[in-house]
Amino acid sequence: MLYDALIAPFTEFEFMRRALAAAIALALAGAPIGVFLMLRRMSLVGDAMAHAILPGAAIGFLLSGLNLFAMTAGGLIAGFAVAILAGVVARSTGLKEDASLATFYLASLALGVTIVSIKGTNIDLLHVLFGNILAMDDQTLLVVAFNATVTLLVLAVIYRPLVIESVDPLFLRAVSRAGGPAHLAFLALVVINLVNGFQALGTLLAVGLMILPAGIARFWSRDLTVMICIAVVAAAVSGYAGLVLSFQTRVPSGPAIILVATVLYIVSVLFGRVGGIVRQLFPGRHLEA
Amino acid sequence: MRIILLCALVLIASPLQAAERLNVVASFSILADFVRNVGGDRINLTTLVGADGDVHVYTPAPSDAKRVAEARLVIVNGLGLEGWLPRLVQSAGSKAQIVTASAGIVPLKLGAAADPHAWQSVPNARVYVTDIANALAAAAPDDADVFRARAKAYLDKLETLDREVREAVAKIPPERRKVISTHDAFGYFSAEYGVQFVAPLGVSTETEPSARDIAAIIGQIKAQKIPAVFLENISDDRLIRRIAAETGAKVGGTLISDGLTGEKGSAPTYIDMVRHNIKALTSALDH
Repeated sequence: MLYDALIAPFTEFEFMRRALAAAIALALAGAPIGVFLMLRRMSLVGDAMAHAILPGAAIGFLLSGLNLFAMTAGGLIAGFAVAILAGVVARSTGLKEDASLATFYLASLALGVTIVSIKGTNIDLLHVLFGNILAMDDQTLLVVAFNATVTLLVLAVIYRPLVIESVDPLFLRAVSRAGGPAHLAFLALVVINLVNGFQALGTLLAVGLMILPAGIARFWSRDLTVMICIAVVAAAVSGYAGLVLSFQTRVPSGPAIILVATVLYIVSVLFGRVGGIVRQLFPGRHLEA
Repeated sequence: MRIILLCALVLIASPLQAAERLNVVASFSILADFVRNVGGDRINLTTLVGADGDVHVYTPAPSDAKRVAEARLVIVNGLGLEGWLPRLVQSAGSKAQIVTASAGIVPLKLGAAADPHAWQSVPNARVYVTDIANALAAAAPDDADVFRARAKAYLDKLETLDREVREAVAKIPPERRKVISTHDAFGYFSAEYGVQFVAPLGVSTETEPSARDIAAIIGQIKAQKIPAVFLENISDDRLIRRIAAETGAKVGGTLISDGLTGEKGSAPTYIDMVRHNIKALTSALDH
């Protein structure tokens, strides 16, 4: 009975196994990035980026028609351009990162709409570009896995400056000049993960599995390493439970996975060990001393 | 002076001479192909939704209104395909006569409304062509004989085409004459030639499918032994290949339903389109 509900879908259907593999790969790469995005108050970057890639995708479409590879490459370039320009402006002027990113992504979106309308097509390019977790072919699965590997390796290299910069940027500036490059490398990781995530899994999942687990982890630990581990586990659990939910009910898979993560998030907000609402209302005895 | 005036008059008049050819507007590429075959060079034909355009989501541009305003005949498919056209004719202030090419066929139902894709059955296309020829002949009685003769030649070609389709379908074993498809454009084809287009269970093309939907399609293909899948929503391309990989069903090629392709495409004319579709179907089903 329990076997039928929880395991049989995956033994019976290959597409379910592939979806689960993709969800776990996404959890491994996306959740740590989400934690850093949250620490740097850039949680909404993902949504902005989903729009910022439009002009690149549109130019790719103009040059080579409905070619996923060209459109994805274009999207990556546009995403990089927006992220790096926004990062440079934020670092060299008084404008905050979120404000400069908002400016660039709106400009990018407007440019994208203009380019699409020149071609005079009725196709919704972004819709074409966004994939579905149930449709993992070999190539997409490899891209997602490759992505996760590269992300983890690069994160390992830039981990130290990135952490210090997230909590004490002035200190880092005083002792090292690694802050700028680390920040740009991090932005590059964000863009690669998002664009590949959109292409493989759709906007909702790519952004959702990045940001929600970070929010969940925040309520359970103050230690960054533990936080990242919790985020990865929360993302993987959401992926598995969401797929089962989508299989047993009629909820589309992307929303199902994000809804499971949302439930975990609400539980964390209420009962989390670090700053959860219940914990605040009924503080433990050790705080009384 | 008079001579100059006369020359000027001749110059002004000569374009008018050329413009005496009947101005005809056709709503989309397939109708335009019928009209061109009947009218030939005796008409000026304008197509509103040209090759590779989607007539369902088309929005008219000001230049289209201008063409409609100048037209004597506006030829439409009807059956709800061109909902935007009556408004366009009105707003363009056109005095054009609207000819509904599907007037002579028996419409099938698609849900509650009529299914507009009547041209997918070749006998229906012959009705279209006959009606178009009559309308052109009535609008330009001087050229009526030309139109009738050209229409007759084209109708003969369509009859040959109809026979081709029937022969091709006859070669497919009867139990294999079914494909699974989200296309809702092949109702008339299915009714005329007996190839079953099975709709996937519980899947709307509008929304994202759930894991259960995909599992249901896979189960359905296996249970009904459906040999080929023609689910071709561009964005779901990978999903379809996944389903095919898991069921062993063949992924059929592209079926062209609502509009012709450009000159270089696989279906620049109606006859090419029908041949293309029947080839895609037989190569997926024939064994």
